Amino acid sequence: MSIGVEINALPPEALPIPSEAGPASKRIVVAYGFWIFILSDIVMFSALFAAYAVLVHATAGGATGVQLFNQGSVAIETACLLASSYTCGLMTLSVRSRNYAGIYLAALVTFVLGAAFLGLELREFAGMIARGATPQSSAFLSAFFTLVGCHGLHVTVGLGWLVVMMAQVSIKYITPAVERRLLCFAIFWHALDIIWVCLFTFVYLIGVRP
Amino acid sequence: MNWLGKLNLSAIPLDQPIIMGATAFMVLFVVFILGWITLKGYWAYLWNEWLTSIDHKRIGVMYVVLALLMLLRGSTDAIMMRAQQALAAGAAQGYLPPEHFDQVFSAHGTIMIFFMAMPFIIGVMNFVVPLQLGVRDMAFPTLNSVALWLTASGILLTNISLAVGEFAHTGWVAYPPLSELQFSPGVGVDYYLWALQISGIGTLMTGINFVTTILKMRAPGMGYMRMPVFCWTALASNLLIVAAFPILTATFAMLLLDRYLGFHFFSVDGGGNPMMYVNLFWSWGHPEVYILVLPAFGIFSEVVSTFSGKPLFGYRSMVAATMAICVLSFVVWLHHFFTMGASANVNGFFGVMTMIIAVPTGVKIFNWLFTMYGGRVRFTVPILWSIGFIVTFVIGGMTGVLLAVPPADFQLHNSLFLVAHFHNVIIGGVVFGLMAGYNYWFPKVFGFRLDEGWGRASFWCWFIGFYLAFIPLYVLGLMGMTRRMQHYDNVAWQPWLWVAAAGAAVILAGIICQIVQLIVSIRERERLRDTTGDPWNGRTLEWSTSSPPPAWNFAVLPHVTARDAFWDTKQHARGKPQPTQKREYRSIEMPNKSPTGFINAFFAVVIGFSMIWHIWWMAGLGVLGALVTVLAFAFRSTEEIEIPAEQLAEFDRTHPVEIAV
Repeated sequence: MSIGVEINALPPEALPIPSEAGPASKRIVVAYGFWIFILSDIVMFSALFAAYAVLVHATAGGATGVQLFNQGSVAIETACLLASSYTCGLMTLSVRSRNYAGIYLAALVTFVLGAAFLGLELREFAGMIARGATPQSSAFLSAFFTLVGCHGLHVTVGLGWLVVMMAQVSIKYITPAVERRLLCFAIFWHALDIIWVCLFTFVYLIGVRP
Repeated sequence: MNWLGKLNLSAIPLDQPIIMGATAFMVLFVVFILGWITLKGYWAYLWNEWLTSIDHKRIGVMYVVLALLMLLRGSTDAIMMRAQQALAAGAAQGYLPPEHFDQVFSAHGTIMIFFMAMPFIIGVMNFVVPLQLGVRDMAFPTLNSVALWLTASGILLTNISLAVGEFAHTGWVAYPPLSELQFSPGVGVDYYLWALQISGIGTLMTGINFVTTILKMRAPGMGYMRMPVFCWTALASNLLIVAAFPILTATFAMLLLDRYLGFHFFSVDGGGNPMMYVNLFWSWGHPEVYILVLPAFGIFSEVVSTFSGKPLFGYRSMVAATMAICVLSFVVWLHHFFTMGASANVNGFFGVMTMIIAVPTGVKIFNWLFTMYGGRVRFTVPILWSIGFIVTFVIGGMTGVLLAVPPADFQLHNSLFLVAHFHNVIIGGVVFGLMAGYNYWFPKVFGFRLDEGWGRASFWCWFIGFYLAFIPLYVLGLMGMTRRMQHYDNVAWQPWLWVAAAGAAVILAGIICQIVQLIVSIRERERLRDTTGDPWNGRTLEWSTSSPPPAWNFAVLPHVTARDAFWDTKQHARGKPQPTQKREYRSIEMPNKSPTGFINAFFAVVIGFSMIWHIWWMAGLGVLGALVTVLAFAFRSTEEIEIPAEQLAEFDRTHPVEIAV
């Protein structure tokens, strides 16, 4: 019988009020704490978004977003990142069913997609710098490189984390601690998607309106 | 290529006798402490029981020790400034040259806010919150240790700046364009930025840890409306940390990019916007005020209720007021710079919001007064601090409402009136609260009370010294004296500054009384011993376990059935036979101690120091070291140690307090 059915079979007064049930399980505590961290990370991004919004027109006579952004390349980037979130979800399912081959395969695809995203982003940066649109040339570009670069830095950290997690899975197997960390990784990776969706809309879609 | 970046021997200001004297004193002090530890052979004990400890109680104590040391450093700066301003009128130039005076006021503000008030508040929360919640530790004990040691890294970097290089000349807020490379080419601002970036990350970790602990780890039966008020205020404070500190991190990161890589966030050229820094800084800075003062309000609530022998008046309104302040603190930041030039409507909005915050704060004041009304108030040292707070804080609050009126603020902006106002609320609110908490929980921490006589002496010195030192500053502000003046021509100001200097001396006497109080209490600890675990007839769960509590806090997690859980238990147990059946002890798992925090902090200092001095290869090594440390922790083999049931039972036999009720 599943837990849900068992709980439904109990009279309501036999269950404690959730807020009075005592300390939560370690899995819930860890995931909850990590969510709080993600929220704080989103607040940090919001400060960078605010700075971008303030400085977006401060181009100091230099290039504007309309001149610099290549939506085709960014669309492929976005597709890579969104797809990697899907494969990351598949990895979580494989972890739950202890399917090691599935975990490694999903992790590999996630890694490759994430790396492709990062490669395309770096190529975009390199192209802009080659055209003289460096972060030093105007406040708008300072804000752009910092906002997008900070997301890229997060993706880089995520890729490193994924490698470490795969090493942990192969050495320690799926212990409760490793499973909690994989859960946190998944939260992190999906959160990067959320931030990218805002970034894509705010910087690349609205930014190229004439 | 220069292997040491910008660092060379000229970084040490050998030609400045005052700085070198202070440096020599600091070095001698550290050498003395290290030598004493070595002579006594305490290193192994220190390493095993403290530096690598992840016990929330020990981490709390270490935070408070750091804070008290920094209180001495920050007070020294304060006395130097008061002495300079008492002297440097008219033709006299005083004893501090302008570039040194600038560093002193910047260091004073930075140290007092980030390295005195913050560690003190966090230390008290660390010790008290898990005990009040009736649990065994924080949600993430090792993260807690990492956070502590990152704070210590920031403190170390700030103090290194005294001997090697310089500190910021920009004031504790480091507004651009002054703090940009163009106008501050030295390492002072870099010391400021890296020290605060590193300790800020630690503070964020603390915030996440507390929010998770309070929301997810409470003893069975402790619903939200049964939580002690101190836990509520700690929750509000840490929610603010989680929501505000990332803004500071992002802002400082932008300023660092400006300074290191020539970005144009806040520069005067390239389209940069210096006022954006000011807005972002205070979007963090105003919540920061409440991060500090809300837990102090919590301490007063506990103290007033305990020593009045009554439950807190208006518990629900207190909780509502706390959470209202928590939210409102994010919509008032602009009152720090009404003179920016925003429209009258914008200034009007922020003025009104600022005044609205006075409403929940007023609710709290009345709650404390009504709690004392009709109670049998025991005039112990903590309640003296609380009553002193109520009087002082009301004055500070009223001058705050005055400053919230934009036209008045245009006159008073950046004057000593403002300086007097925020010292009025920070000393009268936060410091008084911390002193109340220090005296209140000391017996729980160490198992003996603090001496009452010296505690009273300390309170009266602080209280009188505060008024002597800061009421003249209100007057001076109205007379037109601006803040941060190394020298002034108007000799009419000087008598008031003499009074203020005398006040600072009286506060110093209060600090000396506190040091004496500590020494006397340690010497006479047998007389002051607390064997009951409940020296004040307390109301909340921390008093239900022994003093000091065992590593596991509670052998069996308490079951909470009411607000003021321990008081309720005592009321029910009175006059009834003690339970005869034996307690069921079950062995418990506790997280293992870990050197991760300490080693990480070492690398954080290496990274900070080498970034300040542009020693890039060493910064790289520091990052590598920190990475290896974290990986070593992630791959550790033993995560938890087991404390057997016999040990729990043995402890309870020798410390029978917890069973007595």
